[in-house]
Amino acid sequence: MFRATLKSLLARKVRLILSGLAVVLGVMFVSGAFVLTDTLGRSFDAVFADAYADVDVNVAAKSKIAMDEAGGEQVSPAFPADVVGRVRAVPGVAEATGVVSADGARLIGGNGKVVTSFGPPQLGHNWTGESDLVKLREGRAPQADDEIVVNAALATAAKVKVGDRVGALTAFESERRDFTLVGVFGYSGGRDSVGGASEIAFTTPAAQRLMLGKPDTFNSVTVRAASGVTPEALRDDLTRALGPGYEVKTGEQLSADAAAGLKEMLSFFNKVLLGFAAVALLVGTFLILNTFSIIVAQRTRELALMRAIGASGRQIIGSVVLEALAVGLVASVLGLGAGIGVGALLAWAFGTFAGGLALAGLGVPPAAVVSAFAVGMLITLVAALLPALRAARIPPIAAMQDVATPDRPLTRITVSGAVVTAVGGALLAVGLTGNAGGSTLPVILGGVLFTFIGVALLTPLLSRPVVSLLGGLFAWSVPGRLGRLNSGRNPRRTAITAAALMVGIALVTGVTVILGSAKSSIAGTAETTIDAQLVISGAQTGPRPPVFDPAVVDRAAAVPGVSAAVGVYNDNAVVDGGRTMYVVALTDLAAMGQIYHTTAQAGTIATLRPDQVALSVSGAKELGKSVGDRLTAQFARGEGPHAYTVTAVLPDDRAIGSIMLPREAGAEFTSPQPFTALVQLTPGTAVSQVQPQLEALVANNPEVSVADRASFIEQQTSGFDTLLTMIQILLALAIVIAVLGIINTLALSVLERTRELGLLRAIGLRRAQTMRMITVEAVVISVFGALLGVVVGTGLGAAVVRALRDEGITDLVLPWSQIGIFLGLAALIGVVAAALPAVRAARINILGAIAHD
Amino acid sequence: MTATVGRQARAAACASDVWKVYGSGEAQVVALRGVSAEFERARFTAIMGPSGSGKSTLMHCLAGLDSVTRGTVSIGETTVTGLGDAGLTKLRRDKVGFIFQQFNLLPTLTAKENILLPMSIAGRKPDPAWYDTVIDTVGLRDRLDHRPAQLSGGQQQRVACARALVARPEVIFADEPTGNLDSRSGAEVLNFLRNSVREHGQTIVMVTHDPTAAAYADRVVFLADGQVVSELIEPTADTVLDTMKKLDAPVITEVGN
Repeated sequence: MFRATLKSLLARKVRLILSGLAVVLGVMFVSGAFVLTDTLGRSFDAVFADAYADVDVNVAAKSKIAMDEAGGEQVSPAFPADVVGRVRAVPGVAEATGVVSADGARLIGGNGKVVTSFGPPQLGHNWTGESDLVKLREGRAPQADDEIVVNAALATAAKVKVGDRVGALTAFESERRDFTLVGVFGYSGGRDSVGGASEIAFTTPAAQRLMLGKPDTFNSVTVRAASGVTPEALRDDLTRALGPGYEVKTGEQLSADAAAGLKEMLSFFNKVLLGFAAVALLVGTFLILNTFSIIVAQRTRELALMRAIGASGRQIIGSVVLEALAVGLVASVLGLGAGIGVGALLAWAFGTFAGGLALAGLGVPPAAVVSAFAVGMLITLVAALLPALRAARIPPIAAMQDVATPDRPLTRITVSGAVVTAVGGALLAVGLTGNAGGSTLPVILGGVLFTFIGVALLTPLLSRPVVSLLGGLFAWSVPGRLGRLNSGRNPRRTAITAAALMVGIALVTGVTVILGSAKSSIAGTAETTIDAQLVISGAQTGPRPPVFDPAVVDRAAAVPGVSAAVGVYNDNAVVDGGRTMYVVALTDLAAMGQIYHTTAQAGTIATLRPDQVALSVSGAKELGKSVGDRLTAQFARGEGPHAYTVTAVLPDDRAIGSIMLPREAGAEFTSPQPFTALVQLTPGTAVSQVQPQLEALVANNPEVSVADRASFIEQQTSGFDTLLTMIQILLALAIVIAVLGIINTLALSVLERTRELGLLRAIGLRRAQTMRMITVEAVVISVFGALLGVVVGTGLGAAVVRALRDEGITDLVLPWSQIGIFLGLAALIGVVAAALPAVRAARINILGAIAHD
Repeated sequence: MTATVGRQARAAACASDVWKVYGSGEAQVVALRGVSAEFERARFTAIMGPSGSGKSTLMHCLAGLDSVTRGTVSIGETTVTGLGDAGLTKLRRDKVGFIFQQFNLLPTLTAKENILLPMSIAGRKPDPAWYDTVIDTVGLRDRLDHRPAQLSGGQQQRVACARALVARPEVIFADEPTGNLDSRSGAEVLNFLRNSVREHGQTIVMVTHDPTAAAYADRVVFLADGQVVSELIEPTADTVLDTMKKLDAPVITEVGN
């Protein structure tokens, strides 16, 4: 039996490879994700172990705001310079250096544009001299306050060299300031940067003023221990000596923390890759199920013969399952290999893109191997189980009869499809209405999965009318009519092939509906509520939005023709000593009220005094406050918490945030300057008249521009387009697998119908006509799949949009043009998928085909 | 040994000095060794011979389904030898009809659609009067909307016959048309073929190894070992059987598909 299985496997290697390819791709993503995470993780460890190699202990002031991983970067608050002296006085300290180091130092390149970052920080330091890690490559240390040195990576990116006058923007000066570049430094091992960060080093007084905003302050002290003192012991001594306001860590802890931050991001990336692996595997399951069903159908006579000569039903199942396991095994091995390749490639791309990341050796963690084989073999096995059971039911008498596969009734499959779809729908309803408690995401994903499987089971029933309708488009020619009939002759096969395509198209359509609706709703809200004609803001390219001086807002308000201007700061703050909440600060609440046409629900709208706060209705509800109540807030750069009195409660859709603070609070935010300003013009004033004057106000700030409302809205929503494109590209993989499925089904059908094809050729069907016949069949299947996908995807998308109504997504936008493109693309996919099987059909040897059994 | 009746121009199909060699070297098999034969218009010719005599190969070569190694084949005025795939396709579509042992109907099409298929592929309209004649002759009028799976073997073969006839080809090639039928259905089909020759002037070339079937023909050509060895005009089952017995003596290598 084993030998017979092996032989039949080898006889069908091509079609098994085709279906195995889907598993290979899925496994590739799974193992690739693990390889990438492992390799980059160890590379980060190495980078940061090195970065703090000459720091035994580090002292920093405790952060006022505890950040969760998604909340943004930690700010180390400034502390007085005399802390360095206190540290130095602690026994066991050999050397203590006051350090200024903060994000937000941006160099203006040789082309006048700000050098942007795609993630790594842009650090501004005080120059503390060379060390084991840092070495000047050119020039000298900065001696005057208008001299700087930069790291080699930044010098290359900005195309500047020693001796140039260069501009820079800093954390506390958003307008350009010019410096002389007096040196360029690198790192041990010939690296140009550490973890891709760009660095500008100033003299200590300049760094304190520009990066911390206060003279005579530092935000960390690096300590070298005297010989014989362990860093851990010194850490404990320093903690005791400095008191609870300071955080003392060893160099090792620092590097672990730094690496952990990046690894957090990496694990998110890992999850995304695994998500796409799941989609690929789901589509692959359909493909394998179909292949094994067809193979079993084609082998009916052979399997019946086995039964007739004494094989048991169990042996037949064993034979099919064994075949599946062999395919799964080969696919897993290939997938693992490809995954290691992809992981290495992505790691290399990441290292090159981020710059200065020396990759650790390629790692293949056990998780990659285990998951590759578990996933690959399990999926194949599950997919082959149904066909195996069917094979076992073939009666021995079938060996003697002509191979006839009567149309089994579709009742059972349809009923189970309806049940599964209903379960999926119910799960979605529960998940989307927020009744699933803590497991909302799993419930929604389960709902989507059940819906897909349910619809796939319903597809055979749908395929009859839909396929004959679609095929009607091609019925004008004989090959077209034959192709149409062929695509309708085995509803199950057509259905599963189409269902594989459905999954990919449905996901793409769903995401398009959701993002399109979100975009339109946000743009719509902005258009109806914001009565501002001009907006001052910067295009955000990195993790931190560009900011500008609050004085710009005041000057803008004074420009003739401007009736109101409000600048907006944002950050997280600790409210009432408890939870961390998103807050905004406004330069002028009254101006906001005028621009948003706000009518207070309670209290009055007026420019806030330094101890006043305004809340939105939902903010007031969340905090349980009303007008006249008091609350406290602690900001990232603040010394201690401030107390505020609530003066107004505003409607949600007529307010910028849920907690609106005065401008004095904004000065203590992580980014102590506004990132956007809305400007309203007096009626009758032309935008073109005011815009140049506002542009002049931010002329020294190359990151910031003045836009009219339409382009501002476009700018705000452009992120959705980028996200959509990325998701579409990744989901294209699912569609590629579905194309493999169509090729596979057609190739098997061509093989199955060899005799028919021979006959058609014998009675005068030309080669081109033969090819057209196969192509029509493929196009009908793929357009059917796309149609299903579009319908299911639109349904899912609409359900999500409906569920998000309370979150402000009120418009349902159906992307008709995109849907049209998907259907057109599906037709094209059909043509492409048909190419090989069609050529094969056209090349059929007529004589051999007619005698073919 | 050339056929006796008629001039070249009157032949519906003609083979002259046709050689067919499969394989090369040690494995070389010669299926036809210089066969020359003419098949006259409006006659029912049977090709007979023991297994491996080359009778099927000869028919395949005549019908343009297989190429010849040497010699020429023509159908009507058309020289088949040397035609490319497009030419052969056109020839089969316009001048040749086929009846196979395994019926070879398209399962997705109804009987009527199967019958009209060659004409729709060629983009021609059937002559309605002739179509009616054919349908009535094969006696399928009440079965036209059935699919092949719903028809008996004899009915399926009659559909196949109607398909070959309705386009009025120059010549119909029938390859063991009764091989898969019981004797009664076989007799029906053979009667029907003979009538279409007698009454409508159709040319039919039939390959068979059944002497009873061959007896329906006007003439029988006997092949053995790749050569024409004998022929009978107005045969009966007995005369055919006698001739066959004489031919059975030599040891023949198995050839063909």
